[in-house]
Amino acid sequence: MLSVKGVSKSFDGFLAVNRVSFDVASGEILGLIGPNGSGKSTIFNLIAGTLRPSGGSIAFEGREIAGLPAHRICRMGLARTFQIPRPFRRLALRENVTLAAFYGGRDVGSRAEAEAHAVAALDLVGLPNDPHTMIDGLGAAQLKKLELARALATRPRLLLADESLGGLDHAEMERAADMLGRIRRDLGITIVWVEHIMGVLMRVVDRVIVLDHGETIFQGVPRDAANDARVAEVYLGRSH
Amino acid sequence: MDIYLLEAIINGLLLGGVLALLSLGLNLIFGVIDVVWICYAEVVMAAMYAVFWLYTFYGWPLLLACAAAIVFATVLGLLVHIVVIEPILGSAPINQLLATGGVLFFLQSLATLLFGTDFRNLGIRLPVLELGGIFISFSRLIAFGIALVGAVGLFLFLSRTYLGTAVRAIAQDREVMGLMGVNERRIYVLTSAIGSGLAGLAACLLVLQYDVHPFIGLTFGPITFMVCVLGGLGNMIGGFIAAFIISQIIAVGGYYFPIEAAEVLAFVFFIVLILIRPQGILGK
Repeated sequence: MLSVKGVSKSFDGFLAVNRVSFDVASGEILGLIGPNGSGKSTIFNLIAGTLRPSGGSIAFEGREIAGLPAHRICRMGLARTFQIPRPFRRLALRENVTLAAFYGGRDVGSRAEAEAHAVAALDLVGLPNDPHTMIDGLGAAQLKKLELARALATRPRLLLADESLGGLDHAEMERAADMLGRIRRDLGITIVWVEHIMGVLMRVVDRVIVLDHGETIFQGVPRDAANDARVAEVYLGRSH
Repeated sequence: MDIYLLEAIINGLLLGGVLALLSLGLNLIFGVIDVVWICYAEVVMAAMYAVFWLYTFYGWPLLLACAAAIVFATVLGLLVHIVVIEPILGSAPINQLLATGGVLFFLQSLATLLFGTDFRNLGIRLPVLELGGIFISFSRLIAFGIALVGAVGLFLFLSRTYLGTAVRAIAQDREVMGLMGVNERRIYVLTSAIGSGLAGLAACLLVLQYDVHPFIGLTFGPITFMVCVLGGLGNMIGGFIAAFIISQIIAVGGYYFPIEAAEVLAFVFFIVLILIRPQGILGK
C-alpha cells in the first residue's frame, strides 16, 4: 500500500533521515519506533507532504507522492495526526472535524455528508458530537482523540498516527492502543504508528521498525525486536 | 447636551463605519496570509479613480461604475498577491513590508503619471439631512450603511460557510490545513480577492465624499493602520471597535479643537494605548 524506498532528508547538512526503506501492507499496523530525534516525525512529514524529501521515492497505492503538496496527498486517502495536538482553538470541536471531512474527504458532495462523516468520526473516538462544545476545556486525552477524529473524518485508507500516546497515563494509553486496533479491524484502515516508547505499541502492531539517528536498525515482528541486541542498546543505553 | 457636540458624535459614528470597512479588508489579509499590505490604501485610490473615470468620462451609471471599480480593485489585489506576495511568502516580514511599500510608490507614481496631481471629484452633491437642528451628510450616511452591510456580509461568510471556516482556520495554523485537504494557495488567493474587493467597496463610498488624487491614500492609509494595530493586528472585531473609538476621538476632538489637533489627539491616544497594551485592544 505504501512503499518508502531510500528516502533521505537533510536540514542544512544535518542528515535527519538516511536512506530509509520500508513497505506497509494493506490492512496491517506497522509500528515505527525510536528515541527522540531518531527521524520518526521527519519521515511522517515526508510521507504526508509537509516536507519534501532530499532523495528517494515514496509511493502510495502505486502512485509516486514524494514532493506532492500536502492537500493532494490527503485527498488521495492518506491522513496523519500530530504528536502535539494542533486543533483550531477558535473553532468549535465539531467544526474542526467537519472542516477535515469537507475538504479532506474524497467525493464529499454536500455539507450534510460532511457533517455526517464528522459526527461518525467523533462518535468513533468517543468525543461529544454536538455543534457547541469548544476546544478550551478539553484535556490531553481528549485533544489526542480530536487529532484522531480529524484524521478519520477525511476517511483515509492509510493513517499515520504520530506518537498518539505521549502525555497520557497508563489506562489512557491502553484505551488509545485498543482504539487504533479497532480502527484497523472495523474500518479496515491501514495504520503506521509512531511512538518513542515500546510498551503498549508492541501489543497491537503486526510489525515494527526501529530507527536510530535517521537509520533503520531493525525491521520485524515485535517479539524479535525485544530480543534484538541493537534495539536493546538504543533503548537500554549504550554499554560502551 | 450641546447640539453641535451631538452632531460631532453622529458624524464620528458615520466616519467610523468607513474606517471599519477599510480596516476589515486589511485585517483579513494580515490575519490569514500574515502579510501587511502597506499599499492597501493605494488599491483604494486606484479604485476611486476607476469610479471617477467610468462615471464622469465614460458616462456610466454610478452604480455600474462602482460595481466595475470593485471588480477592478479585486483584480488589482489579485495581481498584487500573485506577482508580489506569493513569491516572497516565506521570506522575512521586513522584505514583505518593503515589497508592498514598493507597490505603494508604484501605484502612487503611476497615478501621477497617468492623471497628474489634479484633485478630481464626481461632481455629485448629495443632500445634507437636517434632523432637529443636526446636520448629517447623506453621503456619509450611505457610506456608513453600506460599510455595515459589508462587515455583516463578511462576518456571515466567515462564520456560516465552510470556505469561510477554512479561512478562519488557516489564520490559526497554516500547516495543518494542508493535511486536512485544504489547498492553502487557493485560500490565500480568495482572501486577497475579498480583501481587495472590500478596498474597492470602500473606494466607492469614499469617492462620494472626497476628491481623488494620487496621494489620497496617505490621508486615510495611516489611520487605517492605526485602527488595525489598535484593535490587534489581524483581529477583525478588534479593528471594528477601534475604528469607532478613533473616529469618535477625531470627531469629538474636532468639536473642541481644530480638526488637525483632533487627529494629533487620536495618534497620541494610539501611542499611549499601544504603550500600555502593545498587542492592541483584542490582540493576544
